[in-house]
Amino acid sequence: MKSLITRRKSLLVAAGAAVALTLSACGGGGTTTPPVASASFAAGTTMEKLNKAGTIKIGTKYDQPLFGQVGLDGKPVGFDVEIGKLIAAKLGIPADKIEWSETVSANREPFIEQGKVDIVIATYTINDKRKQVVSFAGPYYEAGQALMVNKDNTTITKPEDVKGKKVCSVTGSTPAGTIVDKYGAVLVPAATYSACLEPLRNKQVEAVTTDNVILAGFVDKEPDAFKLASDQTFTKEPYGIGLKKDDTTFRNWINDQLEAFAKDGSYKKAWEDTAGSVIKTAPELPAVDRY
Amino acid sequence: MEVIIENLPLYWDGLLRTLFLSAVSGIIALILGTLLAAARVSPVAALRGFSTVYVEVLRNTPLTIAFFFAAIVLPRLGVRFEQFEVAAIIALSAYTAAFVAEAVRSGVNSVPLGQAEAARSIGMKFGQVLTLIILPQALRTVIPPLINILIALVKNSSVAGAFFVLELFGYGRQMANANGDQVMAVLLGVAFFYLLLTVPLGILASTVERKVAIAR
Amino acid sequence: MTSVLYDVPGPKARRVSLIGSVIGTVLILGLAAWIVMTLAQQGIFEGRRWEIFIRADVWRLLGNGIIATLSAAAIAAVIAFPLGLLLCLLRISLVDWIRIPTRVVLEFLRGMPVVLMMLFVLLVFGTNSFIAVVAGLVLYNAAIFAEIIRAGIQSLPKGQREAGLAIGLTSFQSRLLIELPQAIRRMMPSLVAQLVVLLKDTSLGYIVAYGELLRAVQVMADFLGNAFLFPVFFVAAGIYIAINICVSRLAVWIERRGSKKAAGGVAKAVPAEAPTAK
Repeated sequence: MKSLITRRKSLLVAAGAAVALTLSACGGGGTTTPPVASASFAAGTTMEKLNKAGTIKIGTKYDQPLFGQVGLDGKPVGFDVEIGKLIAAKLGIPADKIEWSETVSANREPFIEQGKVDIVIATYTINDKRKQVVSFAGPYYEAGQALMVNKDNTTITKPEDVKGKKVCSVTGSTPAGTIVDKYGAVLVPAATYSACLEPLRNKQVEAVTTDNVILAGFVDKEPDAFKLASDQTFTKEPYGIGLKKDDTTFRNWINDQLEAFAKDGSYKKAWEDTAGSVIKTAPELPAVDRY
Repeated sequence: MEVIIENLPLYWDGLLRTLFLSAVSGIIALILGTLLAAARVSPVAALRGFSTVYVEVLRNTPLTIAFFFAAIVLPRLGVRFEQFEVAAIIALSAYTAAFVAEAVRSGVNSVPLGQAEAARSIGMKFGQVLTLIILPQALRTVIPPLINILIALVKNSSVAGAFFVLELFGYGRQMANANGDQVMAVLLGVAFFYLLLTVPLGILASTVERKVAIAR
Repeated sequence: MTSVLYDVPGPKARRVSLIGSVIGTVLILGLAAWIVMTLAQQGIFEGRRWEIFIRADVWRLLGNGIIATLSAAAIAAVIAFPLGLLLCLLRISLVDWIRIPTRVVLEFLRGMPVVLMMLFVLLVFGTNSFIAVVAGLVLYNAAIFAEIIRAGIQSLPKGQREAGLAIGLTSFQSRLLIELPQAIRRMMPSLVAQLVVLLKDTSLGYIVAYGELLRAVQVMADFLGNAFLFPVFFVAAGIYIAINICVSRLAVWIERRGSKKAAGGVAKAVPAEAPTAK
């Protein structure tokens, strides 16, 4: 439960191939172990410190399908998790030495500031307010907000159609703010996005809004009940990797790694192993923001 | 600090919603709970049984699960409501009624036996004994615990924030999320507004308690 | 128990009551059947939705959730009770500058939602989620325990304290040796009832991502898909009710045992159930 965050868009989603709902289809379960690099870093950098420690603490979401979702075995899986493993590998840290912790709505900034996590990869939208307390590497992905409606709904095809109508989203999330402030919807606040499904099914709300990728995950599981209102997204939300404010060396280093992942295909593979189970087209790495 | 002042309208809106949920649920729970307590001591076995089972089950269910049933299972049964406040009120009052029933019952038990015996000896029936003699005395002793139950209700209404109703705690989480740099101030603000509701109730409880203690 | 409220029913009243009971029972059973059938029509009882409960990993997760719930509750109770005793002693102290600040602190703790305290501890002290949950529960429940015990002490006959003072105990010794033990015994039912509340409140740990039972259930429903929402929630509700009823039974058993020993006369001496709550 938590209110999370912000996620949004990008990529369009081909209406999910009707994968039969099977227990394991969910969550997109790739668990890969990227080869560990034996790297050496300049003294005094965060990279050197983590490399020496042989472990890294990463905060991620435990309830975001396709990005960071905890499985029945207690281990998180998803695209965010794969990116975390790739970065750890470049620091010389094997995947099983990563300490995952769940970051919930309110604790991402405090966790970074207090050093309880070294980095946060948690569908974490880069914005100016957050930049005042933490720094962001990336973006490594650009999501976009979309609407999901019941299969038989024909009246809502674009965000302008929800004016005055009830739309379910997560308390405090960016999509919730956008749909209310910009498009005049009446917000029905939920604790998680999955909690919005029952009210939608029962027609107590007319639409559910959040990032297209998350909605695609729901549609994929129940193609007979739900559909995306449109393939178009109406916002851009760049997901960044949160780290301690002003650790510019570390930030630049992560940015370099992200670009390297895009070049050597590991970025694409991370996608295909996770969110790719629903969204076939792998995204391009957005231009990293070296502010 | 500025974050609290900036968001004062949100806090205020949340406070009103919390107050609304608590007040409506509180009234329903008091009535329902008293009826349940009356059923619990009535001569009709089925009523006693129903009341006992109701109280046992609801008291032992986490509120979150009660909310789940009201907000998600009920619509599946065809009970549709336009506003999710209705689900919140159903869950809160059904849950709180169980605690009210227990408090009232222990109040009934605390009335000296002679009262009921005297009433019956002058020919009163069960309904009369209960409504004219026992309950008025019982309610007086149970006012402090009832107020404590209401305090708990105010705080419990925060669970509604996770079930489609934006109240004080829901706004708190929303603001915490929007102001990641000032989470502590936001939460202190939420705490302050809850105390604004609960502390006066607590003081009322102890005042009444003292009064009742003297009256006895 | 309170049969003193009405005359022993005669044959006619018994018949009416019996008929009423039968009709009532039929109505309730009918309602239950209708609920089950309506849900069944929507496929909620289909085997495929319940098959997950033959999976070992599902039960392992549920088991971990139960352990997390019970261990947070147990540790919180073990810390909260002595702390509650201490707060109670301070609260009834004869010294103003001890009693009054304690009272303020108690009002404060009682008036804050437990979720808020958990979140606060997590964020401000940067603890892990287990400590945040336990701390939130301890702070709130210690205050409630203190109030319950205080109510117990106040319900004791004055003579107890007077006798204590008369044999030369100091005020504090009389509290500790004479009054507290009696008060605790007297308030056992309320104290155990509060334990149930404490146990249920562990479910608020979701706010700090503590992996207790309800959170485990949620994780499971999210991971497996919404089709399994109803089965896992029904099972969770069952587990909670079972655990809590066991604890509540304990309360009833203690109440019975206690009241056998208590002097009779007036109806039960259990003072109006003190702060229950949540």
